[in-house]
Amino acid sequence: MISRVEIHPGRYHDSVRLMQASKALQGVEGVSDALVAMATELNLSLLADMGFDMDTVIGIGPNDLLLAIHAENEDAIAAAHGALEAALTPKITRSGGIEAPDAKTIGTAAKIIGANVALLSVPGEHAFVEAMEALQDGLHVMIFSDNVPISQEITLKKYGLEHGLLVMGPDCGTTIVNGLGLGFANAVQPGSVSMVGASGTGIQEMCALLDDAGVGIKHALGTGSHDLSEDVGASSTLQALDALDADPGTELIIVVSKPPATPVAEKVRRVAAKCATPVVVTFMGETTLEEGAGEVLGMLGLPRPTYQSWEAENRDHRPGSVRGLFSGGTLRSEARHVAGPILGEIGTREQDDGHTFIDYGDDEYTQGRAHPMIDQTVRVERLAAAGHDESVGVVLMDVVLGFGANADPAAELAPIVEQVVGAGAAVVVSLCGTKGDPQGRDAQAGMLNQAGASVYLSNAAAAIEAARLATTGSSS
Amino acid sequence: MSDLSQLLDTEPVVTTAGTDMLAASIEEQGTAVERADWRPPHEGTEEALNVLFSDDLMRDANEVAIGRMLAVRPQLAGVKVARDVFPDMTDRTFLHAGPPLEWERASGPMRGAIIGAMVYEGLADDPDDAAIKAARGDIELSPCHHHGAVGPMAGVTSPSMPVAVVTDAAGEGVSYSTLNEGLGKVLRYGAFGPEAIDRLHWMDEVLGPVLSAVLENRGPIDLQSLVAQALQMGDDGHNRNRAVTSLFLREIAGSLIEGADAPLDQRRTVFDFIDGNDHFMLNLVMAAGKLGSDAASGVRASSLVTVMARNGTDFGIRLSGTGDEWFIAPAPPVDGLYLGSFTEEDASPDIGDSTITETVGLGGLAMAAAPAIVGFVGGTAAGAVRRTLAMYEITMSEHPMYQIPMLEFRGTPVGIDATRVVRTGVLPQINTGVAGKVPGTGMVGAGLVEAPIECFVQGINALAATLQ
Repeated sequence: MISRVEIHPGRYHDSVRLMQASKALQGVEGVSDALVAMATELNLSLLADMGFDMDTVIGIGPNDLLLAIHAENEDAIAAAHGALEAALTPKITRSGGIEAPDAKTIGTAAKIIGANVALLSVPGEHAFVEAMEALQDGLHVMIFSDNVPISQEITLKKYGLEHGLLVMGPDCGTTIVNGLGLGFANAVQPGSVSMVGASGTGIQEMCALLDDAGVGIKHALGTGSHDLSEDVGASSTLQALDALDADPGTELIIVVSKPPATPVAEKVRRVAAKCATPVVVTFMGETTLEEGAGEVLGMLGLPRPTYQSWEAENRDHRPGSVRGLFSGGTLRSEARHVAGPILGEIGTREQDDGHTFIDYGDDEYTQGRAHPMIDQTVRVERLAAAGHDESVGVVLMDVVLGFGANADPAAELAPIVEQVVGAGAAVVVSLCGTKGDPQGRDAQAGMLNQAGASVYLSNAAAAIEAARLATTGSSS
Repeated sequence: MSDLSQLLDTEPVVTTAGTDMLAASIEEQGTAVERADWRPPHEGTEEALNVLFSDDLMRDANEVAIGRMLAVRPQLAGVKVARDVFPDMTDRTFLHAGPPLEWERASGPMRGAIIGAMVYEGLADDPDDAAIKAARGDIELSPCHHHGAVGPMAGVTSPSMPVAVVTDAAGEGVSYSTLNEGLGKVLRYGAFGPEAIDRLHWMDEVLGPVLSAVLENRGPIDLQSLVAQALQMGDDGHNRNRAVTSLFLREIAGSLIEGADAPLDQRRTVFDFIDGNDHFMLNLVMAAGKLGSDAASGVRASSLVTVMARNGTDFGIRLSGTGDEWFIAPAPPVDGLYLGSFTEEDASPDIGDSTITETVGLGGLAMAAAPAIVGFVGGTAAGAVRRTLAMYEITMSEHPMYQIPMLEFRGTPVGIDATRVVRTGVLPQINTGVAGKVPGTGMVGAGLVEAPIECFVQGINALAATLQ
């Protein structure tokens, strides 16, 4: 049996609270007797009665906190200390019974919920401070915001790497961790294939294609559209790749990116080759997402499906060029890649002549309004304009479903599609979504098809169909 | 390379800042999310914030600074005469509240207090004579804060006044304050009539020596412990000090009765004076705060606010990382309740060093502890609790000793972080007394005031400049 007397000068607690604390200490295993009290005369006499050595308390007074324990061993003393702090530490509730003001910084909000991920969509010029605070608080960070200076991105990713925290973004549209989608994300079946992607819609399309083929997804970690630039050097992509390689639930990894800087692409390939887990690398500009998905299915021993399409009933249309109206940058990129060999030159700016594939998710078209996956105003207007433009024979557009996206895009688009088809142009839709998506994928497809559009689940297939329509003059 | 298993092994717990759509989409998936009600930082601070957040320097510095602020153990060690404790004080030196000030720019109550102190020191024949002499530069003005001291309201401290000496039981620091004169027509509120001057004489002839003898007899008084107890008895440490003053009387009672070598009538008047002045302890709580504030000062890169102080003309703050530099804006008017027939027309702008209490987690920041004075915050106890809860957003820590029963004994919000003030626009809440703007008037009311944002904007920019 050991005895311990401690003095905490000036630490004050009310006697009722200290009686509760004493009781808590007496309940600790191995503690035979304990007293926590302010050192008043009464309490000091109690201490003497309990058989403690009174020499240790000479000179202390009623403003000092007294802790005395009889216990079997040091472990019990340590446990008693723990119980004391637990008894005296306030239980921090959000409100204390009264509604607290909302958290105003990411640090405060994170503490309230015990967060491990901060999702930031504040204006790019302000993202750095919030992101750094989150990292300093030990949170992983997803930065949806674009227009964050590259030097800040480098600082954040370096800090994250040094502290074992993943920085997803800036300009990261999509991430899925254990089935929870952050940003724009599709409802996927659980599984053992994981992704790293420097491309939001690239990840979404890959998820949709695999999900449709019956392949489940464990994680899809977005790293931001600049991650594979030379300056950033794939910092987050390599970090995520390494982590997924070590993740016991991941059996196959896919790397998806917009066209990367060449030396960085090589670096990623080198690291991918060293992974213990098989890695499929899908860089836009080299291959297509459908091709990448096919490779994955092959490695899993599954057949490549023919992705579903909903063909338009009336497939006659006027001659003319293809006008591509995209909301996803990677989908535009893939479409150009596959349609280019058929169509020849394809412009990427509205003022270009001939075939044009425009990304309306680009900053130029999102000033002061939400992303076109949410707010379709600009694309609806351009779609209507294409109908009136006799030089347009085929309109190609993506419709991206999933969490975070417009709740019912087809309802907004269908009447305009009908007008455009009525005016003589063909409309081909690349529908990116899964059966589990909240909008109802097949219902969306049906509505657009009803309005006269041909709808494809594969973006590459949609692009090829649009190109073929434009070059053959009519449908097959 | 790093292990991200902490991220990959469980479903994430997410907090968001920015567009609500992203938070809503997480909720749509049946998962809870906590939103930050984010707003852009105050204009003109973006670049400085980027510098301060570019690495761990500021965060580490803040940990050191707040640690030092909370580590002090202030104790009232003695009462001495001002000229004996301030080495730079001459017979014509007058310390005052707030940042540096010249007579020309001094407010009514500040002028009134200087006039009164000059008459009290025998440097002027009457108030008019004092005003002429002060205006022509016969006296030297210097902020209390430049001398390890604090003074409420005008804070005027002249050479013959008794001052409390507060030392650190856990360190080397020492701080000072005048002794509190009570309410009404008192020097610190700018009164200079015979009533105020006579009281000052009694304080240096009787109150100071008797308290000095009491302290010699009984030893130092642990101020932090008294404040901790008082917060659980309805004090905030700034606008309500009734409980802590009562506790102080209990502390000294024994020595006052038989330990102090002074005539009975003197000891009796000292007892009555303290008993009749609910704010007697304010000055001592302030000096205790100054001890923590000075201990936390001078930590490179720290954005901790170490001083908030007003002189009736300017409101000034100091940050730990910028040391002695003041960041100044016009002193704001006080949103107050007024005594008798006084109105806000009669009020001087904000004045006094008593904001040192808010600087160390008391006063307006501890409003939830003081339901008796909720009249200042809209009249409801819930309103007082909300005031305090809002302050956790801009503070670095929760006080380990000062607890608030209404908040399940949570520590008071302590250690104002200037970066969080400019990021959130949440301003430190200050409880304060209000002085009449005409010299000689005295106290006219009490109320609430917010520290001006401009001080924090300047401070953050200066702090960032020290790192470049």
